[in-house]
Amino acid sequence: MVRSAWRPAALVDRRPETATATTLVLQAQDWPGHLPGQHVDVRLTAEDGYQASRSYSIAAPTDGDRIEVTVQRLENGEVSPFLADDLAVDDEVELRGPLGGWFVWRPEQREPVLLVAGGSGIVPLMSMIRVRAGTSRAPFRLIYSVRSPADRIYAAELRRRSAEDGGLDVAWVHTRVAPENDPRPPGRLTPDDLAAHGWPPDFEPTVYVCGPTGFVESVAAMLLATGHDATRIRTERFGGA
Amino acid sequence: MPIITRGFRGHRSGDDERLPPGQYLTHDFPVLSTGPTPLIPPEEWSFTVTTETGVRHEWSWTDLMTLPAEEVTVDLHCVTRWSKLDTAWRGVSLDVLLEDVETVADYALVHSHGGYTTNLPLEDLLDGQAWVAFEYDGDALTSEHGGPARLLVPHLYLWKSAKWVRGIDLLLEDDPGFWEQLGYHEYGDPWREQRYQGD
Amino acid sequence: MTATYDGNMLAGPLSDVFAVEVTTATACCGGCGRNSTVAELAVYGPGPGLVARCPGCDDVLLRVTRTADSIWLDLAGMASLRLPAAGG
Repeated sequence: MVRSAWRPAALVDRRPETATATTLVLQAQDWPGHLPGQHVDVRLTAEDGYQASRSYSIAAPTDGDRIEVTVQRLENGEVSPFLADDLAVDDEVELRGPLGGWFVWRPEQREPVLLVAGGSGIVPLMSMIRVRAGTSRAPFRLIYSVRSPADRIYAAELRRRSAEDGGLDVAWVHTRVAPENDPRPPGRLTPDDLAAHGWPPDFEPTVYVCGPTGFVESVAAMLLATGHDATRIRTERFGGA
Repeated sequence: MPIITRGFRGHRSGDDERLPPGQYLTHDFPVLSTGPTPLIPPEEWSFTVTTETGVRHEWSWTDLMTLPAEEVTVDLHCVTRWSKLDTAWRGVSLDVLLEDVETVADYALVHSHGGYTTNLPLEDLLDGQAWVAFEYDGDALTSEHGGPARLLVPHLYLWKSAKWVRGIDLLLEDDPGFWEQLGYHEYGDPWREQRYQGD
Repeated sequence: MTATYDGNMLAGPLSDVFAVEVTTATACCGGCGRNSTVAELAVYGPGPGLVARCPGCDDVLLRVTRTADSIWLDLAGMASLRLPAAGG
């Protein structure tokens, strides 16, 4: 017999983040706690027994039995539109996790950290930023690539934290539409962006890259080409282009 | 017992009588893949049938183009539950390719570029049921959908319609393919919902 | 097309099989001999099953499917899988 690792979890709150991203606050019994960067699998079962499950990064630090995930609604998706639009407070889903031990940051780590996010790839990196505040003085730099200003997830909190959290720098890369006063024209993240807003390789930062597959592969290749050691680059791809 | 999530239905099964049980209708053409997409120029493509006695029959792309091709419109049923109706293909019937092949084999193991395999009874490749297809919807078959040529066996779940097909071994005994080794059904009839071994 | 996912997403499906967290394990490719952290494998899927390949040579290292009543796991492409031991 396989042990069942799924535990029931009820929605206790939801917050819109952007037009297409929603944060869900779930409460799961006997949650063991988690590390920033870990994810959960969410399983939905229909009345006829049909099941679908998907992986979502955890967005916030351990807080008792509460787990926050931020869900990006995918057109024609089977699970994300339901979670983003239809799941109501008190409705139950099942969770498996916390999952993953490689794409994680631990507050004991002292070295500088570079976070590179593409789109909703910000979610596990935001968990690292939130845990860092109050537990670590490791210097963090975040480079966050989005299509347009309207697609920034956690925009207000990142603005506030980059002012208040000592040692956190935030740089934005807009790929389609940039804000009016932005000296950087819209376009994909380049080696110049990494050089301007990242750490030099000889600072030996640990680099966490999360986003769509194509984004992650292109950023990882740029990092290697500029001399970052492969063993200090941690990547997480969530599919798509 | 799993917890039921109130209001969740998944992709709704259609009530179209052309949909096999447990399938839902899609209008796009999802791409499922077990590895990197092979990019094979037609001039480097060939198709080989190897009989149970080791006799090889080989066709180059040019050979394939000289054979009589058919246009067929068929429904596709993927074991991941999507179905796509009225898809238009052009290809060479396996009846044509196997016409001069002498065999007493009962089984076929299909091989693809990239290492994918799938097995099925030889009789399911015959009598107008299967094609080596090289055009989809009027255009050359793209590499993501199996181009330059794929097997098309639409009466079975789509994992049997091997993309990037390169050959077929004719066998006296059944030999499970890539997914059939991992619990998927040896035959895969969507109308009998033969998804997994034992269904 | 390149891999849809990476080995991070194997954590959940393989938690039903292994007693320890498997994405930090080291897989040695039976084809080219490269050692990779499971989290770094190139993963295709999820349907009909998950296929994890060596990032060096694209050989299949792991396949896992879930049928009505079984989990099917193939590790034949690996020369070895080195897992962190509890208390080690």
